Amino acid sequence: MKETLTIQRQIKDTQTTERISGSEAIIKCLLAEDIDILYGYPGGAIMPVYDELYKYQDKIHHVLARHEQGATHAAQGFARISGRVGVCIATSGPGATNLITGIADAQIDSTPMVCITGQVGSHLLGSDAFQETDIIGISTPVTKWNYQITKASEIPEIMAKAFYIAKSGRPGPVLVDITKDAQFEEFDFKYEKCTKVRSYKAVPDTDISKVKEAADVINEAKKPMIVWGQGVILGEAEEELTAVIEKAGIPSAWTILGASAIPTEHPLNIGMVGMHGNYAPNKLTNECDVLIAIGMRFDDRVTGNLETYAKQAKVIHFEIDPAEIDKNVKTDVAVLGDSKDSLTQLLPLLNENKHSKWLQKFKDLYAIEFEEVIKNDLHPTKEGLTMGEVLKEINTQTKGEAAIVSDVGQHQMIACRYAEFKNTRSNITSGGLGTMGFGLPAAIGAKMAAPEREVISISGDGGYQMTIQELGTIFQQKAAVKIVVLNNDFLGMVRQWQQLFFDKRYASTEMTNPDFVAIAKGYYLNARRVTKREELADAVKEMIESKEAYFLEVCVEKEDNVFPMIPTGASVSDIRLK
Amino acid sequence: MKEKQNFTVSVYTENNVGILNRLSAIFLKRHINIESMTVSKSEIDDVHRFTFVVIVPKTLIRKVVGQLEKQIEVIRAFYHTEDEIIYNETALFKISSEHLYDETIQNKMKFRRAHIIAITENYFVIEASGYKADIDNMYEKLKPYGLLQFVRSGRIAITRPKMAISELLQEIN
Repeated sequence: MKETLTIQRQIKDTQTTERISGSEAIIKCLLAEDIDILYGYPGGAIMPVYDELYKYQDKIHHVLARHEQGATHAAQGFARISGRVGVCIATSGPGATNLITGIADAQIDSTPMVCITGQVGSHLLGSDAFQETDIIGISTPVTKWNYQITKASEIPEIMAKAFYIAKSGRPGPVLVDITKDAQFEEFDFKYEKCTKVRSYKAVPDTDISKVKEAADVINEAKKPMIVWGQGVILGEAEEELTAVIEKAGIPSAWTILGASAIPTEHPLNIGMVGMHGNYAPNKLTNECDVLIAIGMRFDDRVTGNLETYAKQAKVIHFEIDPAEIDKNVKTDVAVLGDSKDSLTQLLPLLNENKHSKWLQKFKDLYAIEFEEVIKNDLHPTKEGLTMGEVLKEINTQTKGEAAIVSDVGQHQMIACRYAEFKNTRSNITSGGLGTMGFGLPAAIGAKMAAPEREVISISGDGGYQMTIQELGTIFQQKAAVKIVVLNNDFLGMVRQWQQLFFDKRYASTEMTNPDFVAIAKGYYLNARRVTKREELADAVKEMIESKEAYFLEVCVEKEDNVFPMIPTGASVSDIRLK
Repeated sequence: MKEKQNFTVSVYTENNVGILNRLSAIFLKRHINIESMTVSKSEIDDVHRFTFVVIVPKTLIRKVVGQLEKQIEVIRAFYHTEDEIIYNETALFKISSEHLYDETIQNKMKFRRAHIIAITENYFVIEASGYKADIDNMYEKLKPYGLLQFVRSGRIAITRPKMAISELLQEIN
């Protein structure tokens, strides 16, 4: 009897587990998490996993980047446009360290990402073996979580935990380092998704009394203003936010990462806050009586000088991460929780309102900004092309349907200021870290996650050259990314600061550039250069109509500046128009 | 509010490799010097307790503890002022045995919690425990005899108020 039971148990066990190698287990974990695409670069310590990727290539597509940093940004672009976890994979040593910039970027911009790195055999750990690096130590400050696997049997649990942690709560990057022996080792595989980690509360409970308190303050406000951030997009709370602002009639501005959550043309969308944001929302931050921050973290680029930031206002902060409460700006009412839930609870408690006079103030200041800045950017009368008019042309021809993936610098600010968005998750940019070189590879990931969408990468001549080799990935993957380089032969934003704050001492900001069109053609991409205004519309049209990847270089005015601008350390209300 | 004061930070964590690195990175990021640190098991099975002492303004400690608690493997983090805790530190003084029968040193050892824990032909070892100031005081007194070695432990602290850690664990387990 006892024997029969044992045999029965053995049969049962073989039904739920299977004996496979650690590296095959990694692939099976990825498949169990619905991952069908990953970005990476092979090398010695990760070769067993690549061998499995070869066997599973019909189920999971590996995108060979040209540099591991490109793989991370591609995974970020994938995650940002789709809300899914981006996955990248690299070998030990330099492969792993090359991921760090992308990981740091994902950490500060709350992007769900899982990075898998190979590691030297566990018997070699700590011996300075070939391509050994302490990637756990190096990545600790820039990951939401990381873990080194030294036994194959740890793989299912750790991989499940990695995906759960990366995408739950405030998302972020997770790095899993796997020693080569653990990749080879065979074990009984069984996968269970992770749904909780006892030491981690993904989403804090929303205190309904705080929601009521917030509603009371909003209902009493005469001059309320909302600033929303990426938390709205990450929490998929776009509809709830729209309902809130429409019911309560609150003028609403966005941070750079919050862009596109609500369509540009929405009458209560009053533009971008921050250093190069719009005049009205920056100026009136210091005049509103209630400031409602939703899923944003009061970055210094948003607040300017904290000593003079919204001191007159009661501050309400809707936030998923308790560590953000009172970190930079002291709040009067903090509502913890997921933005979708909190806003859903808030909506019925709000009184209908219009605040027409208050909204008019924003319109009046917009008119000033239009006269002083926007008109000259979008409808220039001078000879040289402006970055703004390129964006305007893209808006016109894509009807605001495109996803704009920008790099970092002047063109990024112009893109975020002027791109018109009809759909959420359409503005993909490196906000917190400000990573030059982000744009081109991020656009690859975005296009692969959403092939039905028009994805336009907009870079400057500086950032573009930091990851220009990813043109190879675009060519090999036949990713129909549209690439625009706004070339002013300068590291424009740094040059602008040198002009304004360093008496025009242009230290190392002038760039002697290559023939970008020839380079693109070298990768067999269709490519065109525009130097005159009259060629622009036709070139953009050709780019949009192209079914394949297309490279467009626009030679713009060399020494244009981005305005408005809040100089470093100045108050938001001291925003300059020139 | 900007005035610095002593805070004892208690961090309850999972017992995994690498957590110290994660915690110290948060102090490092804000350029905070760790005055003392002790790691031990806690009153809860499989849960470790880190006890840090830092000297920072009150406004800062709240932010730091928030960021410590945010780490995935941190179960809870607390901070306390000196009057909220009962705390202790231990020190060992190694002194040449030629001073063993020196009356002056015997007098200095009358400090309430000091005693000899080892005597050999060449040296003897005094163990003292108490507040940092007590031990510092003893250090100054014994220094003239030539300290062959000196070491002091990090602070260990028990809070006067209740810490809602056990209930929390029961709830999430």
